[in-house]
Amino acid sequence: MKSWKNTLMGITAGATIALSAGASQAVEIEYWQYFFEARVNAIDTLIEKFEAENPDITVNQTTFPYADYRTKVAAAIPAGEGPDVVQLFYGWLNDYVEAELISPLPVDAFPPEQIRAEFFPMVQAMEKDGQYMALPTAVRSLALFYNTRLFEEAGIDGPPKTLDELIETAAALTKTDAAGNITQVGITTGMNAQDHHWVREVLIRQFGGDPYTGDYQTVTYNDDAGAAALQWYSDLQNKHGVTQAGFMDEPQAAFKAGRAGMHIDGSFRIGALNKTRGLKWGVAELPAGPDGTQSNYSSYWVNAVTTKAEGEKEAAALKFLAFITSDEAMQIWLDTVGELPAKPSAGLTDANRADPVFGPFISGLAYAKTTIFANESGQRQVLMDAMQRILLEGETPENAIGIAAAEEQAILDGYYK
Amino acid sequence: MNWYRKLSIKQKQVVWAWSFLAIPVLFYTVIRFYPTFGAIVLSFQNWNLLGAKTWAGLENYQRLVADPVFWKVFSNTFIYLLLGTPISLVISFVIAYHLDKVNFLHATIRAMYFLPFMTSAVAMAWLWRWFYQPVPIGLFNNILSSLGISQFPFLNSTFWALPSVLAPAVWAGLGFQIIIFMAGLRSIPQSYYEAAQIDGVGPWTILREITLPLLKPTIVFLVVFSSIGFLRIFDQVFNMTTNDPGGPLNSTKPLVLMIYDTAFNAFNMGYAAAQTVVLFTILLIVSLLQLYVMRER
Repeated sequence: MKSWKNTLMGITAGATIALSAGASQAVEIEYWQYFFEARVNAIDTLIEKFEAENPDITVNQTTFPYADYRTKVAAAIPAGEGPDVVQLFYGWLNDYVEAELISPLPVDAFPPEQIRAEFFPMVQAMEKDGQYMALPTAVRSLALFYNTRLFEEAGIDGPPKTLDELIETAAALTKTDAAGNITQVGITTGMNAQDHHWVREVLIRQFGGDPYTGDYQTVTYNDDAGAAALQWYSDLQNKHGVTQAGFMDEPQAAFKAGRAGMHIDGSFRIGALNKTRGLKWGVAELPAGPDGTQSNYSSYWVNAVTTKAEGEKEAAALKFLAFITSDEAMQIWLDTVGELPAKPSAGLTDANRADPVFGPFISGLAYAKTTIFANESGQRQVLMDAMQRILLEGETPENAIGIAAAEEQAILDGYYK
Repeated sequence: MNWYRKLSIKQKQVVWAWSFLAIPVLFYTVIRFYPTFGAIVLSFQNWNLLGAKTWAGLENYQRLVADPVFWKVFSNTFIYLLLGTPISLVISFVIAYHLDKVNFLHATIRAMYFLPFMTSAVAMAWLWRWFYQPVPIGLFNNILSSLGISQFPFLNSTFWALPSVLAPAVWAGLGFQIIIFMAGLRSIPQSYYEAAQIDGVGPWTILREITLPLLKPTIVFLVVFSSIGFLRIFDQVFNMTTNDPGGPLNSTKPLVLMIYDTAFNAFNMGYAAAQTVVLFTILLIVSLLQLYVMRER
C-alpha cells in the first residue's frame, strides 16, 4: 500500500516538474470562433501546420454555437477572460475598436499599403488611422444555386442570365397540386435568409437606385428604384406565382429537399449542399438587371488580436494571425469551408475561376458591395416587415418601402448619434 | 467557542437558525437581489456591453413610451395572459374533474396528461411549427388539402399567429394544472359530498356550492402561476417564429422576446433593462394581488 502511494506521488511530482518546465518555454494562445464544422476543421488544419512551423507556440481553439457567439465574445473580452485571437463579423468590429478591446495590427508586420494592394477592396473598411484593426481569411458572396435535375426535367438549358429570364425559368419550374397549392417553387424567397441582401445591394441597384449614402448612415432607397425593386421581388409571389414566402419553412431547406428550382444563397452554403445526398446542383452568377447592371453582396469574418494578449502572447497571436491570413491558409479555407480567399492573388487563380462551383462566387466578388450594418438583424427585420406588409396586408410596394426606409433610418440614427 | 457556551438555549437556537438561513440569504442577495438592483440601475444608463456605461437619465423610459413596437408587444403579452390563463384553467379543470371520477387505468391516464409538461418546450415548439407549415410539409394543412379544404394560414397571419403559438403553450401546461387540480379535488373531505347526497342535492349544485369554493386556494395558486407563465412566455414564440422572431409584423412578439432582441441583437443593454423593469413591475403587481387574494381572513 505504502509503495503504491509513493509511486503515485513520484509520478505526480515528476509530471508537475515536466509541465512547469514546458510552460516556461512554450506560449499558449487561445483562438475563438463560432461552431461550424467545416470552419472548425479548417482552423484545426491550420493550427497543426502553424504549430509544426512554430513548435514553441500552442494554439487552443474554442468554439461556441453561432446563436451565443456574439454574446459570449462581448461578455468575455471586456472581462479579460476571452481569446487572444478572435474571429469577429466585420460589422461588429467598430464597437470593439471604440471600446479599445482590439489591438491594432503593428504597421511593420502588417503594412497598410501592402494590405490595401493585396486584399479585395472591401477589406479597406478594416483600416483606421493608418493601421489595420483586423484581417479576414475569407470573404463570401452570393450566387444563384440551381437544381440541375429539375432543370433537365423542365427542359431548361441553363441558369437565367437576367431578371426577366429568371421569371420565365422559375415559371417553368413551379409545380402545383390539384387545389392550386404550390408543391415545388421555381425560386425560393424569404427575407430571413439571404434575400434581404439581394434586395438591398443587388435589386435596388439594378433598378437604378442606391440603397444608402457612401457611409451607410443614411437610407436612400425610398424612391422609384426602391419601390420597383420591391415590386419586382413581391411580384414573384403575387403576380407570377413562382414562389411562396416561408415555403417548407426555410428557403435552404426547400432547395436541399429538391423542392425548389433556384435558390439565392452565400458561398458558405456550398459545404452543406455538398453533403446532401441525391441533390444535383449548379451555381451561376446572380442575374443581371434590366440595363445589364450586375451587383452582389459580400461579407466577411475578420481575425483580430485582443488587448488581453500582451508580451510574448501578443507576439504569438500576431504570428498566428499573419499565418491564418496568408495565401496558403486562404486556399486551405477555400478547400475546406468553401469560402472565398480574401486576396485576389489567392482567389483569382485560373483554377479557382474556372471552378464550376467557386467560379461564379469569385466573379461576383469583383462587383460586390459590403453593407455596413449598425444592427444587422434589426435592419433585416425592416425589410422582412416590408414584405409581410405587402403579402399579408396588401400594402403597395411604394408605401412598404417608405415605411421600411423610415424604420431603418431610425435604427441608423440611434446607432450613430 | 467559549462565547457559544455562555449563550442561553434560546440564543443558541437563534445562532443555529441564522447559520442555516445564511445560505439562502446569501444566495438571494448574490443571485437575485444584486442583479435585480443592477438591472434597475442599468435602465438609467446606456451600455453596449463593450464600452463604458454612460448615464442616460430617463431617456430609455421615454423611448419606451414613444415606441409603437413596445405598445404592440405590451398588448400581445396581455393577450397571451387573458386568453391563455382562463382557457387553460377551464380545460384542465374539466379534465381533472372527470379524471378524478375515472378508476380505470387512472395512473396511466394521469401520466399521459402529464407527459407534455415534461417535454422540452423547444422540441415541442419545433414540432408544432412543423404541424403548422403550409403544403407540402405541414401536417394540418396536408390534412386540410387532402379533404379539399383550402389551407389555413396558422403562423402566416397577423391575426391567427398568436393563437397558433398560444395553443401548444396551453397544451403543454395542462398536465401540471391537472395534477394540481386533482390534488385539490382529493383534499376536499368526502363527508361534504356524502352530506350533500343525503340531502339529495344535484351534481351541478355540488360543483357550484362545494367543489369550486373549496378549490379556491388551488384556483388562486394556478391563476397566479399560469399568469406569470404567460406573462413570461418566450420559448414557444421564439422557437416557432425564428425565421421572423415575434412576427409576422410583431403580431406574436411578447415582452420577453423584445427584451432579448434589444439586448442580444441590438446590444442596447440600457433600453433592454428598462423593458425588464417594466416586466418586473407587472409581475410584482400580479404577485402582490395573489398575496392580497389569498390572505387569511
